[in-house]
Order: sequence, then structure tokens, then C-alpha cells
Amino acid sequence: MDKNFAARRRRDLIVAGALATLAALAPLFVKDVYVQNILILTLMYAALSQSWNILSGYCGQISLGHALYFGIGAYTTELLFTKFGVLPWFGMLAGGGIAALIAMGLGYPFFRLRGHYFVIATIVIAEIGLLLFQNWEWAGAAMGITIPVRGDSWLKFQFLRSKLPYFYFALGLCCLAWFVTWWLEDSKWGFWWRAVKDNPEAAESLGVVVFNSKMGAAAVSAFLVAVGGAFYAQFLAYIDPESVMGFQFSLLMALPAVLGGIGTLWGPVLGAAILIPMTELTRSYIGGSGRGVDLIVYGALIVAISLALPQGLVSLFSRAKAKNQVKNQVKGATR
Amino acid sequence: MTALLETRGVWQRFGGLVANSDVSISVGRGEIVGLIGPNGAGKSTLFNLIAGVLPPTQGSIWFDGEDVTNLPAAERCQRGVGRTFQVVKSFETMTVIDNVIVGALVRNTVMREARGKAHEVLEFTGLAARADVLASDLVPAEKRRLEVARALATEPKLLLLDEVLTGLTPTEAQTGVALVRKVRDAGITVLMVEHVMEIVMPLVDRAIVLDLGKVLVEGKPADVVRDPKVIKAYLGDRHAVGA
Repeated sequence: MDKNFAARRRRDLIVAGALATLAALAPLFVKDVYVQNILILTLMYAALSQSWNILSGYCGQISLGHALYFGIGAYTTELLFTKFGVLPWFGMLAGGGIAALIAMGLGYPFFRLRGHYFVIATIVIAEIGLLLFQNWEWAGAAMGITIPVRGDSWLKFQFLRSKLPYFYFALGLCCLAWFVTWWLEDSKWGFWWRAVKDNPEAAESLGVVVFNSKMGAAAVSAFLVAVGGAFYAQFLAYIDPESVMGFQFSLLMALPAVLGGIGTLWGPVLGAAILIPMTELTRSYIGGSGRGVDLIVYGALIVAISLALPQGLVSLFSRAKAKNQVKNQVKGATR
Repeated sequence: MTALLETRGVWQRFGGLVANSDVSISVGRGEIVGLIGPNGAGKSTLFNLIAGVLPPTQGSIWFDGEDVTNLPAAERCQRGVGRTFQVVKSFETMTVIDNVIVGALVRNTVMREARGKAHEVLEFTGLAARADVLASDLVPAEKRRLEVARALATEPKLLLLDEVLTGLTPTEAQTGVALVRKVRDAGITVLMVEHVMEIVMPLVDRAIVLDLGKVLVEGKPADVVRDPKVIKAYLGDRHAVGA
């Protein structure tokens, strides 16, 4: 049993390494800038969804307000860069830190809420954040911030001629988010989170400090999402409240995980790999007829998934496990 | 030697309802104590007070020589109070072994050790063959045993069992009784709430009967079952007069 477990962990790591290597080689074959763009966004959303999955999937605290942390990462980086000349690399970490602190500050009152009430609170808070930034003159208000162009430089994390550096950063971030999840999955925190999700009262009776568990999950999740936001700001070279803090980001972090398998290691990556290219393609083919079409596609997908595969797409890959379960049920029935 | 667990004048009121009034009980080290009484006697409330789910309205709770009245449940678990729930609360999306690992993490911070401890406990409770099954796929009797296994993995000094034997078939109940004895033989003190008298009485060293939130009688099981007050509480006046 232990051997199986260790083997599975090792297999996950090897598969991830192989996929990352394949992805790293992709630019050799993909020269089209439009396609490269889609790859970058896919990797970024995979990373974001993986981070969202830590709080909402593993720990079970469904957040639809993660756009707030995304925006905080973007704004912290760009405000520090444009106002104080702080390099984006430091801004990124600062943004992550601030987002983690805010997540814990918000968690203090909100983790007392359960289920739908918690979800509603996260939506409301993210909307308040959006409104604050839309009216904050010093931070550019609704006009946003244009990031001054200083030429290609790793130091300033700015590239005009090629998208490849962004691609590799997004890939790195995705690997980091995946690895953090992989590592946490077999740690005290990972077990505590899953216990809190399944039954907080029982968890508490087994020595799990439920409140601290939620706080920890919120902090890690917000930190990684904010780093993603910092990346996105550099990638766009222009930010305004709606384009880094809009509700659609909260949705686009949640949906890949839901589609692929919420609370699973591979769900977010798998979900993002399907959902994001599809979104981008529908958007460009159906084009100007409005932003709503991609949302219709999500809606249809989610309905289809919840009807056919309520555990998400990853459940397709665990056929062996399903077989095992049938065997066990037979065993159970003969007792 | 001081008692392992002591409640001193514990009261619990829910609005106008008094669930426990002036309950003082003590449980000595190595004992199996049964907490019995008719429905609504306040057994579950007292249990929750001891486990730290809520603080008592009045009175104090002492565990292992320390006042734990205001400690939350998680902290009491760390001090050595393990419990099961009357309505089973398995972590349904986790496997049996993972359920037990959550408990084992209280005293083992290294994952490998926690996993080892969990396997040991599954072996002890007879669930080893089911380690990799999802908790939601267990049959009811196995779920009860998983509750016990999880609590044992926290390496408690005192194990609180809330109706673990109720609703089982006679064979299952006998396996359960054997397990409780085995737990006691491993040096763990047991306080159990139970409904079914004929199962509890041969098992426990001492029985405490609660009625209407108060301690009615306490003593050796054989004496307790013959006590007119107990018969009256369970069956009504007419039978008590007959006894």
C-alpha cells in the first residue's frame, strides 16, 4: 500500500516533468504569435487555477473573489515600478505578500461564514476592491497605468520583440504552482485542508485547528495568484481596474479546476488546457458579436461536465481506481 | 492518584433548557466507564462539554490535573482527549488510511511516521484490508470502526466513545466490545455513552446514570441495574414500585 502511494507520487512528478519539457520545446514548432499568445494565457490560467484550487479545491472554501488578489499583484508591481522605480521582480514578491496579508485579514471575519455565504462574501469584497481602484486617483483611477517602455530586458521583465520570455515565465509559474500543490498534498497542511473540507467538526476533534488551516490555504493561494497578476500586468504593459480585477478573472480561475476536477492535482492544468484555447478561439472566430459568447460556452461545458463526470475530467484517468472500488464494494457486500 | 478526568459542578443551559445541572463525575486512569441514561438525559451534551465542542455555562472540567474548561476541541485533542461521533463524521472523499493519517498527524509531524502510525492503528482496529478504500464506500459498521481508529491515531489518554455499539448486529457489536477491551488493555481510559444496557453492562467497570441532566446513580454495573431509581427513570414509577 505504501509502495503504491510512493509510486503514484513519483509517477505524478515524472509525468509533470515530461509535460513541462514538452511545453518548453513547444516554441520550436509554434512560431505563430497568435498561437504563442494562447499558449501563454493557457499556462497562466493553469497556474492561477492551480493556486485557486489550494483554497477552494483542497480546503473547500469556494472563492469567487480571487480577481482581487490578481489585481493587487498587478497594481502593487506597477505602482512600485512607475512611482518608485522598484523592479517588477521585487514588486511581484511584494504584491504576493500584500495579497497574502489581505487574504488573511479578510479570512478573519469571513472564515466564520460557511458555504454559499462565504462565496457571496468573496464576490462582494472583490467588487469593492474593483470600485476602490476605479476611484483611486493616485493609482490612475479608471484610466489605469501605462507601463513605460524601456526596451527588452530581463531586469525590467519587459519584452517587445518576442513573446518567448513571457512564455517561459508563465511555464515556470505553472510548474511552481503545480509543484507547491504536489508538495502540500502529502504534508500536514494538505491533510488538514482536506479534513476541513470534508468535515470541520470531526477535523477539530482530531487536533486540526480549522481556522488556521483556512488562513494558511488562503495565504498560499493569494500569494501565487498575485504573482500571476504581476506577470499579467507586465505582459499587457497596461493595466486598468477592469482589465486586472474584473469578475471574469475570478471565474476563469475557478472554471478550469471545476472542469478538470476540483481538489485534484491535475484538474486545473487539464481544465485550463481545454478551456482557455477554446475561449480564445471562440472569441476570435465569433469576434465582435460581444463578450458573452465565451460565457455561453463555459456554461454549456460546466453543465455537460456536472451531468456526465461530476468529479471532473481527471476522473476519466482513474479508471483503475474505479475498478478497484467496484471490487471493494463486492467485498463489502459479502461481509 | 488524581482522576484522569473530572467535571466539577458543570451546568449547561440552552436558553431555558437545562441540559446538565451540577454534574460532577470523575474517571480514573485505566477505567472503562459507561455513561448511560434515557433519551434526553444530557449524555451527549456532557460528552460535548468534555470534548470541548462548547464551554459549559458554569463549572469546570479538569483533565490530567489541568483545568481545560476553556480550551477548544483541537487543543484538548492535543492534550490527549480522543472522541468519536454518534452520527459518524468520516472524511468521505478521503481514503480510510488518509482519514486515520489526519489523526496521526497530532503526534507525528513527519509524514512517513504519521503514515506508519496510521497503518499500525488500522491493523489494531481490523481495518487494514480496507486502507485504500474511500470512506464513503465503507459499510456502517466499518465507518464506526474508522471513527475509533481515527481517534486512536491521536494517541489519546482518554477515549470518548459516543454510541459506537448502537445499531450494530449482535456479531458486529461483539467485535466492537472486543475492540473496546483491547483499547483499554493498551492503557487507554475509556468513557462510553451507550444505549444498549446488555452490551454495556458486562463491559464497563463503572456506570454513571444521568437523568434529566443530573447524575442519578453511579456505581458497579450490577448494582446500578438493580437500583430502583434507575428502573424508575427508564421504565416509570409502576415498575420501580414492583422492584
